[in-house]
Amino acid sequence: MQQKRTKTVDDPIFEVRDTTVSFDMDRGESKVLNEVDIDVERGEVLGVVGESGSGKSMFASALLNAVVDPGVLTGDITFYPESGSAIDLLELSESEIKEVRWEEISMVFQGAMSSFNPTMSIEGHFRETLSAHGYDVEAGMERARELLSDLYLESDQVLGSYPHELSGGMSQRALIALSLVLEPEVLVMDEPTAALDLLMQRSIIQLIQEIADERDLTIVFITHDLPLVANLADRIAVLYAFEFVEVGPAYDVLTEAKHPYTRALLNSTPNLETPREQMRPIDGAAPDPVSVPNGCSYHPRCPVGDETCEHDDPPLDSRTDEGEHVAACHYVDEVSTSVPLTLQEVTVNE
Amino acid sequence: MSDEHVVSLQDVEVHFESESSLLSRVRGETDVVKAVDGISLDIPENDVVALVGESGCGKTTLGKTAIGAQRPTGGTVSYRGQDIWKAKDNDGDVEIPFDEIRKSLQIIPQDPGASLNPNKTVQHSLAAPLKLRKPDMDSFERRDRIHEMLARVGMEPPQDYAKRFPHQLSGGEKQRVALIRALLMNPDLILADEAVSALDVSLRIDMMDLMLELQGQFDTSFLFISHNLSNASYVAGNSNGRIGIMYLGELVELGPIDEVLENPKHPYTKALVWATPNLNPDIETETESPLRKVDVPDPRNPPSGCRFHTRCPEAREACKRTTPESVAVDGDENHSVTCLRALENHEYWNSPELEGESAETPTEEPTLADEPVQ
Repeated sequence: MQQKRTKTVDDPIFEVRDTTVSFDMDRGESKVLNEVDIDVERGEVLGVVGESGSGKSMFASALLNAVVDPGVLTGDITFYPESGSAIDLLELSESEIKEVRWEEISMVFQGAMSSFNPTMSIEGHFRETLSAHGYDVEAGMERARELLSDLYLESDQVLGSYPHELSGGMSQRALIALSLVLEPEVLVMDEPTAALDLLMQRSIIQLIQEIADERDLTIVFITHDLPLVANLADRIAVLYAFEFVEVGPAYDVLTEAKHPYTRALLNSTPNLETPREQMRPIDGAAPDPVSVPNGCSYHPRCPVGDETCEHDDPPLDSRTDEGEHVAACHYVDEVSTSVPLTLQEVTVNE
Repeated sequence: MSDEHVVSLQDVEVHFESESSLLSRVRGETDVVKAVDGISLDIPENDVVALVGESGCGKTTLGKTAIGAQRPTGGTVSYRGQDIWKAKDNDGDVEIPFDEIRKSLQIIPQDPGASLNPNKTVQHSLAAPLKLRKPDMDSFERRDRIHEMLARVGMEPPQDYAKRFPHQLSGGEKQRVALIRALLMNPDLILADEAVSALDVSLRIDMMDLMLELQGQFDTSFLFISHNLSNASYVAGNSNGRIGIMYLGELVELGPIDEVLENPKHPYTKALVWATPNLNPDIETETESPLRKVDVPDPRNPPSGCRFHTRCPEAREACKRTTPESVAVDGDENHSVTCLRALENHEYWNSPELEGESAETPTEEPTLADEPVQ
C-alpha cells in the first residue's frame, strides 16, 4: 500500500516509511503516529506543524529512535549520513544509537532549563558532552565559544554561569550551542522557542537560519505555531490526527494549501495582515488517539467531505500536479472554492 | 478623580526590593526592581485595552495593580473615583468598600488549570462566586444560571459539563470555566493575563471571540495582557480598543489599535511589529534584526535616560541622558508615545548617534551610563 510516491526530494537525509508509534492503553491501542511516510532533504529546513495532540513530538522522538516505554516504534527510518552508508535507525543497538544521537542527529527541546543539570556550570555541560563522545575537548571548547558568540552571547560569561543564572532566552541559546558542538548533520527542534518572547523568538529563528546556512545543517523544526516557520522553512509538513495531511514547499503550502485542514488552520491563525473580521476558528475538536474517525480523520470537521471521506482514507499523494506538493484529500481540486483562504483574497484584491 | 473611569491609574509605581546579595549590601546598594515605574492609564467603561511587552516588562504587575490585587508603592489607583487602597485601609471617606471593589475587578489567570480546585466539580467552582454575589439565590436558581452560562460558552450539554472535574476538561474548556467564573461576579473590569497564550493557535480566535462577545453583552471592560502582538491586535481590533506597549516598567506607547499598528511611533513598537511572524510569504520582511542587542537589560539596573536606548536602532547620545516624557502624537491626545523622536525641536536631532556598540557588549555598560553626563 505504501507507494514510493511520497519520495519528494532528491537527496534525502532521512527516509521515514510506514512509521507508527503506538501505546497500549486500557481504552484500546492508541496510535500517536500512524503509518507516516516522509523524506527530509539534506540541507533543508523542514517545518513540521501540528496542534497539541497531533503527534508532532512523537515524530521528533521517532527521528531519534527515542520513543519512551511503553511506546512502541515500528516501521523504517533510514538515515543517510554525508559520508558512509545508510543507517537503519530502528535496527541499531542501544549503544550504537547513543553514538548517532548528538554526534549525527542532535536535538533541542522546549524549556532549556529542564535540559540542563542545575548543579553543573554551562562549561561543565560542554566539557562533559565532548568527552563522553570522545571528542577533543579543547578543540571542542573553542568551537563552543564560537557558537556562543554567533548566538550573540558573551561566551566566557555564559560558560562560567550556572543554568539558573541565565535568562530564558540565554539558556535556550546556550542549549542550541550545546546541541551543535559535536557538529551534527541534523538538528531536530521541538518547540525550541515556545516559552520565549516574540522578539527573542524572532531573533533565535534568524540565528538558526544563519547557522543552518553556514554549517550545511539540516533542520527539522517542529511547532504548533504556523507563522513561526512561515519565513524559516523550505518545506512545511502539516500533521493532523497523527498523520501528515499535507507536505510541500513552504510558499505553496502558505499560498495555495490543498488540504481543507491546512486552509482552515491558515484562516484561524491570528495574523497582523489578515483582516480580523475574516478570521474563522476551526469547528470541532481534534480526535482522541484511541478513536480516530474512520476514513479521512478530518471528515467530521471538514466542510468539503461526503460519504467517500467517511469510508476511504485518502492517501497522501499527488493527484495534485507536480509531485512536490502533496495532500491527503479526495477533493483537492475543490478546496480552493469551498474553503477560500482569507489572506490570499486580500493579496489578490490588492 | 472622574467617575466615568472604571479604573484610573495615576503615576503608579510598583517597586520590589529583591533579596540583596552580600556584595551589594557591602557596597551599600539595594536591589530594587522597578516593575512598574510611573504609569498613568484610565480605563473607561466598556473599553478594551491590550498590554503588550516582553517578559519582565511589568505588564502582569501593572494588570494586578489595576484590579487592586497588588498594592502600588507609589501613585494612586482608583475605582470609580474611590482610591482602592484608601478603601482597604479605611482611610478617609470610603464611598465604595474594598470588598465591593475587589468583586468588581476580576481576573482570568494565565493557567486556568491551576486556578480551579482539582477536587471540585465545575458546578461547585462556579457556584462559589454566585453565592457571594447573589446570596439570596437558591440552589436551583444557581444551577440554572450555571447551566445557562455553560451553554452560552458552547460547553454542551451543560448538565454533563457541570458535573465534571477540572482534569476532565481540555485546556480551552478550563479557560472557559475561568471566564464564566469571572463573569458571574458581574465585574466592571476583567484582567485576562495571557489568557489565550497556552491554547492551540486554532483555538485562540474562538476563545477571543467568546471574550469579546461576552464583553459586549455584560458591558465589561477588559485589560488583555499578552506578549503576542497578533493576539492583542485581534482582541483590541475587534472591540475598537486600545493597545499599550510596555518596556521595562514604562508604558512607551499607547493608542487606538489600528493607529498604533499602522503608524507605530516608538522604535520598540516597530521592533515588535518586525518580530511578529507573518503568514503571507509575499510580503518581504526585513530579516536583519532592528535591535542593537538581543537581550533585555537587567531590570534591577535599567539603562539611564531612555531605558530602550541600549537596544534602540535610533538611539543617539541624547537618549542616554534624557528621560523622555510621554507626548501626544501629532496633536492626537489618544495616541501617546514616550520617545525623544516625537519632539521636533529636541536636541536629540543634533546629538551624535550612539557608537555602534556590538551585540556582545557585556552588561556592565548600563552601569557606566549611570554616571551623570555633563
